[in-house]
Amino acid sequence: MNAVHRVSVTHVTLSCFFKSINPPPSMASPLKCDLCDNQATVHLTQIVNHKVHKVDLCEFCAQAKGVTDPSSFSLADLLLKASLNPEPEAPTGLRCEQCGFTLDQFEKTGRFGCPQCYDTFTELLEPMLDNMHKGTAHVGKVPERALKRKQLYDRLSELETELQSAIKAERYEDAAKFRDDIVQVREAAGMSATT
Amino acid sequence: MAFNIEKLLAAPAEWPDNGNAKCPVVLMTRIRLARNLTSHRFPGRAEDGERRAIFKQCCEAVSNTGPMKRGLCVSVDALEPLQRQVLVERHLISRELSGAKSGAGVILNKDQSISVMVNEEDHLRIQVLRSGFQLKRTWNAINSLDSALESSLDYAYSPRLGYVTACPTNLGTGMRASAMMHLPALVIASQMGKVVRAVNQLGMVVRGLLGEGSDASGSMFQISNQTTLGESETDIVKRLQNVLQSIVEHELNARDKLQETDPRKLPDKIGRAFGILTHGHVISSSEAMNLLSLVRLGVDLGYFPDTHRVAVDRLFIEAQPGHVLHNSGLIKLESEERDRLRAERLRSEFANFTAPGYAKTGNN
Repeated sequence: MNAVHRVSVTHVTLSCFFKSINPPPSMASPLKCDLCDNQATVHLTQIVNHKVHKVDLCEFCAQAKGVTDPSSFSLADLLLKASLNPEPEAPTGLRCEQCGFTLDQFEKTGRFGCPQCYDTFTELLEPMLDNMHKGTAHVGKVPERALKRKQLYDRLSELETELQSAIKAERYEDAAKFRDDIVQVREAAGMSATT
Repeated sequence: MAFNIEKLLAAPAEWPDNGNAKCPVVLMTRIRLARNLTSHRFPGRAEDGERRAIFKQCCEAVSNTGPMKRGLCVSVDALEPLQRQVLVERHLISRELSGAKSGAGVILNKDQSISVMVNEEDHLRIQVLRSGFQLKRTWNAINSLDSALESSLDYAYSPRLGYVTACPTNLGTGMRASAMMHLPALVIASQMGKVVRAVNQLGMVVRGLLGEGSDASGSMFQISNQTTLGESETDIVKRLQNVLQSIVEHELNARDKLQETDPRKLPDKIGRAFGILTHGHVISSSEAMNLLSLVRLGVDLGYFPDTHRVAVDRLFIEAQPGHVLHNSGLIKLESEERDRLRAERLRSEFANFTAPGYAKTGNN
């Protein structure tokens, strides 16, 4: 019976498995299965969020946990269920402020809840992108018009806040200037000059 | 509404009716862009009310762009299941959209070269397709449509991640460019496995006629880019263009080789296919695909006049189950009855075909 060694680097959702190149543990002191007391013949190493986790399993437990089929196996699941190692403190409790999406939901569907999720889960995403794509930064089309419009909207709401506070503080000269600026920005944004 | 869905389906379409393609191997080129609106949840997460609001906003924005002015905006709820199936078979909507929740729909232009799906996986899935091998023209067309939309819609965009999409696999350009290729000689010569592996190594994906998980009946394959982040649209298009070009060359070489090594093989296969299509009475959908594939190869080899190619390509679509049922005017058909009607349609079309001439092989 050959021992199986696998090493994988996973960032919670993606698991890639490689046969371990390390020599098997010495036969003099055979490792015991982490789940029962049988001799462990399957040795897995997985790096989750920069932490190394090792699991040694007997053939039966490995099969029961689906370890023999790399495509369906997530060591992260096994680790969480069996509590063999401390859970990665990463971000299992994270929740998107905008839409309430959780990491669990992402793992189930492979999709995010809203554009904001990409900021919420950015640390998890980063290493995934490396596996998934040619690069990790966008090269290509930029929606110039939409960005320009957003810039103008942002500037407009800034000016409106300033205008209100100037009026409140009775700084009427400033207020007049902000009003002129607002007219200008509104024109640039293609809106009518007055509200 | 300028015209309804039935009129649209009956009208001549860019694919396959605009068949002035110079390249015999590539039937159709297609590009889609995934886009989302900022400050809305993605369709899978949004509630019905929000989805309907998004649908309305997108419909208006799309219908106001030049190429879509006389288009048709229709919600999935308003379509019969059979109409949805017909649209799927024409590659105008996805299976996912066809089964979508309320507040999803599609905007189609008159010649069915543009389809914009709303609230599929992303708020917008913009698609432009062209007959033949026209990657660059397709990109130019979709690029300008996208820019026109951008002037009225606020796209979710991050300077670092590009266009933000529901699934991280579409981040960046949000673009999938693909070509539908007819590769009968590579299939006959059992070289497709090798081709698929080589194409995968170049970061491209090979799928069957009807997309993910479908088989390769009719020797039809869709080849597209796999990744979307870290490479510009034009670079992706260029790289795909090169890959496709080299597959075309391989296919043409395989055809030459088959004709050299076994000069009777192709005329025999093509002649038999023609015989069954002309005289058969019960033909299943996958048998029809395989027979039509051989006749199309026959057109490419000069056994039939060039003008038959469009007719064959149209039959590729019309022989599919949804189209057979739709053309019958009935609501339901047993599959035997469908195979009979399919054969009837094929017989009547092939009655107009000239019998194959095998002059080019010069062997008889």
